Amino acid sequence: MNVSESRAIVIEEIEKIAPDVAPVSIGDDEDVREALDLDSMDIFNLIAALHQRLGVDIPDADAAKFVTIGTAAEWLAEHLDS
Amino acid sequence: MPSLGADMAAGTLVEWLKEPGDAVEHGDIIAVVETDKGAIEVEVFEDGTIGELLVEAGASVPVGAPLAKIKAAGEAIAEVGPSPAPTKAVSPQPAPEKPVVAPAKIGFQSETRASPAARKLARERNIDLTSINGSGPEGAIQLADLEAASKGPAPGAAPGPDLSAMRRAIAAAMARSKREIPHYYLTHSFEISQALDWLDRYNAGRAPPERLILGALLFKAVALTLVEFSEFNGHLDNEGYKASGAVHLGSAIAIRGGGLAAPCIRNTNTLALPELMAKLRDLVTRTRRGQFRSSEISDGTATVSSLGERGVESLLPIIYPPQVAIIGFGSIVQRPWAHNDELAVRPVLTTTLAGDHRANDGHRGALLLRQVEALLNDPEAL
Repeated sequence: MNVSESRAIVIEEIEKIAPDVAPVSIGDDEDVREALDLDSMDIFNLIAALHQRLGVDIPDADAAKFVTIGTAAEWLAEHLDS
Repeated sequence: MPSLGADMAAGTLVEWLKEPGDAVEHGDIIAVVETDKGAIEVEVFEDGTIGELLVEAGASVPVGAPLAKIKAAGEAIAEVGPSPAPTKAVSPQPAPEKPVVAPAKIGFQSETRASPAARKLARERNIDLTSINGSGPEGAIQLADLEAASKGPAPGAAPGPDLSAMRRAIAAAMARSKREIPHYYLTHSFEISQALDWLDRYNAGRAPPERLILGALLFKAVALTLVEFSEFNGHLDNEGYKASGAVHLGSAIAIRGGGLAAPCIRNTNTLALPELMAKLRDLVTRTRRGQFRSSEISDGTATVSSLGERGVESLLPIIYPPQVAIIGFGSIVQRPWAHNDELAVRPVLTTTLAGDHRANDGHRGALLLRQVEALLNDPEAL
């Protein structure tokens, strides 16, 4: 999976867990907690949803990568290629 | 019509989810009502059979008026609602065009997923829901989808609760609170290393859906503490303060775009952390979609408010009447901290208690906050 594909998946899952926000409107390097007003429960739900959709185990220590769409997409692309 | 707050005088019955003859059990959702707090799912608190629907869909019903009669097994008909007498002659709602199926857990019907508000508007405008593409979770039809389909784009319309109505409800409740409740405040800061370290160890070996967030630990610590501090856990009305025999802890949940609600989780203190975490996830999700249950709004015995993620160190929350206490948590900050007689940099959490001086006082309030700290320093006890 490349970064573009994983980016699309991250955006889709954000839209599912928070249908009242528009993740396509923010930059890849913006903190979704600030730009979209997501909280720790939303980030928890995003990581759980990605785990369930892709079967990838995202360590709790890497959760901080999932507060921007860009770093989340890069993490997924890297770990789903290996 | 259940009371969903001291400021609520009436609600509008949006939809019946049961019909006469349907069997119901304690906890079943039988109707949806519209209030300033959003669309609320009305539960039934006894087992039996629906005998008669006393109110038609679309009717505004005063708080306390019965909505339906329920026949208990082998017994006379019982009314749903605290008042013994029906207020108006009514007729059952005509059968819907599509069979009504059991409501899904989050309030959507499983055949055509749509929010209660969307179903109401569809009925009013005679719109076939199956012709609408839903933009909500799992394709659920939202109010905005219907407005877009029937009138063109609706500027400002967004999924979730009616924020202007919610703002009015918040204003009424909080103005009454500040006007009537003699608040006092206590603040306590303490090191939170042990809870954070325990959380890291707990989450390390678990898949993402089975993990916990710190908020669950804070919530459980407060719930366990309230068991021993009954003067902070209950309701105060014109007849005085009544301590609750159970802890139904409310969680102040921010709605994106403005507004908040404080639905509760029943018997919070009895839930194991994984179960509590699952209930918190469900509660936050439903609240932000504007889907609460009547008991979640009316039964809270105390509330927790956490603004920590917004980067503030402490908050001075306002009590949600008829409750008599609210506990706030700020953000965790790294601070110089005396540890084993040496100065070290430690994560520190600040918690605040707002108490109602008509029901409790600062001495016991201080002990309450120290008990919360003690429990968070012994996470295994949670």
